[in-house]
Amino acid sequence: MTLNTISRHLREGSKSIVRNGWMSVASISSIVISLFILGVFILLSFNLNHLMSQVDSKITISVYLKVGTSKEQVDLLETDIGNMSEVSQVTLIPKAEGLKLLEKKLGDKGKDLVKGYTPETNPLPDAFTIEVYKPETVSMVAKKIQALNETNKDKPIDIVNYGQGHVEKLFKLTEMIRNFGLILVVGLGFTAMFLIANTIKITIMARQREISIMKMVGATNSFIRWPFFVEGALIGLIGSVVTIAILFLAYNQLFALTADTMGIQFIDMLPLSNIWAFAFGSLMALGILIGVWGSTISIRKFLKV
Amino acid sequence: MIEMQDIWKTYTNGSHALRGVNVLIDKDEFVYLVGPSGAGKSTFMKLIYREEVPTKGQLFVNGFNIGKLKQRKIPYVRRNIGVIFQDFRLLPKLTAYENVAFAMEVIEAPKKVIKRRVPEVLELVGLKQKMNCLPSQLSGGEQQRVAIARAIVNNPAVLVADEPTGNLDPETSWEIMKLLEEINYRGTTIIMATHNKDIVNRIRRRVIAIEEGMIVRDEVRGDYGYDT
Ligand SMILES: Nc1ncnc2c1ncn2[C@@H]1O[C@H](COP(=O)(O)OP(=O)(O)OP(=O)(O)O)[C@@H](O)[C@H]1O
Ligand SMILES: [Mg+2]
Repeated sequence: MTLNTISRHLREGSKSIVRNGWMSVASISSIVISLFILGVFILLSFNLNHLMSQVDSKITISVYLKVGTSKEQVDLLETDIGNMSEVSQVTLIPKAEGLKLLEKKLGDKGKDLVKGYTPETNPLPDAFTIEVYKPETVSMVAKKIQALNETNKDKPIDIVNYGQGHVEKLFKLTEMIRNFGLILVVGLGFTAMFLIANTIKITIMARQREISIMKMVGATNSFIRWPFFVEGALIGLIGSVVTIAILFLAYNQLFALTADTMGIQFIDMLPLSNIWAFAFGSLMALGILIGVWGSTISIRKFLKV
Repeated sequence: MIEMQDIWKTYTNGSHALRGVNVLIDKDEFVYLVGPSGAGKSTFMKLIYREEVPTKGQLFVNGFNIGKLKQRKIPYVRRNIGVIFQDFRLLPKLTAYENVAFAMEVIEAPKKVIKRRVPEVLELVGLKQKMNCLPSQLSGGEQQRVAIARAIVNNPAVLVADEPTGNLDPETSWEIMKLLEEINYRGTTIIMATHNKDIVNRIRRRVIAIEEGMIVRDEVRGDYGYDT
């Protein structure tokens, strides 16, 4: 293909977007809608992952021992739990330290409550804080620890606590959001593709005469096809650029809002600079792909002249 | 150059347009195709530039077996065949110049060559002054000449003309004929379907008469042979 021909295809392809007017606007809008929703899900899942990684580090199992458990039992438990392959760290919190932590937690108001206790009269039990490698395994590890207690004749463990239920719910929620987003995006992607196919079909029908003349003077199929590819790809490109612009502005707005407002500091969003390359790159690639795909399916049957 | 061996063409609706045509047309020949309306003249020509496919028989054009031609080879065969359609088939939004250049762009001729060749051909058909006019600004005869220019711009080996003087006044018709003779003289095979008795009888060439899909007469320097 000569440079001449390439520039002709580009020119023809872009001209016909203008010529198709509202049809092009409709196809571009449909691409924008589907890519926007996809983009929201991509950004959301990035932030969820980010949030999860923060939560992950906070997911620990607390094991409270019965008051008066012997030193040997404590050591035995510590090694047994530490030997579990899922466990990354076991920290013993002796009751004295537990008292200090409690004092700190209660603050000024509760100072009096803990004041009177000496190391001898400390009513708190010894406890372990257990961290795991994978947050998904907490409930399993908790059950294992529980089982450890059952096999021990002294039954030294009083309570095993890991925020039962809440952790599982959080995982379910992220998974649901991801699956739902995927289905929605696939559906909308197909809709966009068919709308583009339709727009291109209109171009083709409007130019059927031109195409038949081209074929009669010896144009190859690929020569005829190229401008339509260009048209589809350009529709996809314009759609994705618009989407990216909207997402960019909205995200930065939201980011500034969450960063500024003291009250909701716990919503810690990822800065866009960390993720834009992947998020926007994939949106643009997908937009162009949908566009080209749409044009391909509409030209095929028109070329058998 | 063009050889038909027992060519049959039956359209999908069952009408038998050609029934067992045998013909050999040599390089440099000028052939009139005559016969009553519906005899099969246009079908004969459509087979040559592969707008239609023969139902039965062998057809060779410039050495290609048209019936067995692969889809992707069709463009290259057509590049050697210029077609003048009865209804011109010009693109209304392009000027005379652009319409002719279009046929060269399609086969990806270099820009420099296009710029040199298009005015040259428009000069040959006598339309150089009007090359920036749109078809709607041209008379029927002028449009016909643009169509001829487009058909010959790529120097085809064969020129197929379906009633090129169909809608023209006698004077313009003679001009067009002079032009076709000139093109033929330069080495292009010409096959021309016509109902124009005067032309066939005045400019004597090979005449092939078709009736009901069969060749009924084939004379080297024939006459029109019908009353109207
Ligand atoms: N696309 C088609 N589908 C079905 N039948 C067709 C088609 N084209 C032509 N025919 C039939 O084939 C026969 C020959 O038609 P053709 O157009 O070749 O005649 P012709 O000699 O060119 O006539 P005219 O002088 O009027 O142009 C006619 O009976 C016509 O009805
Ligand atoms: Mg005809």
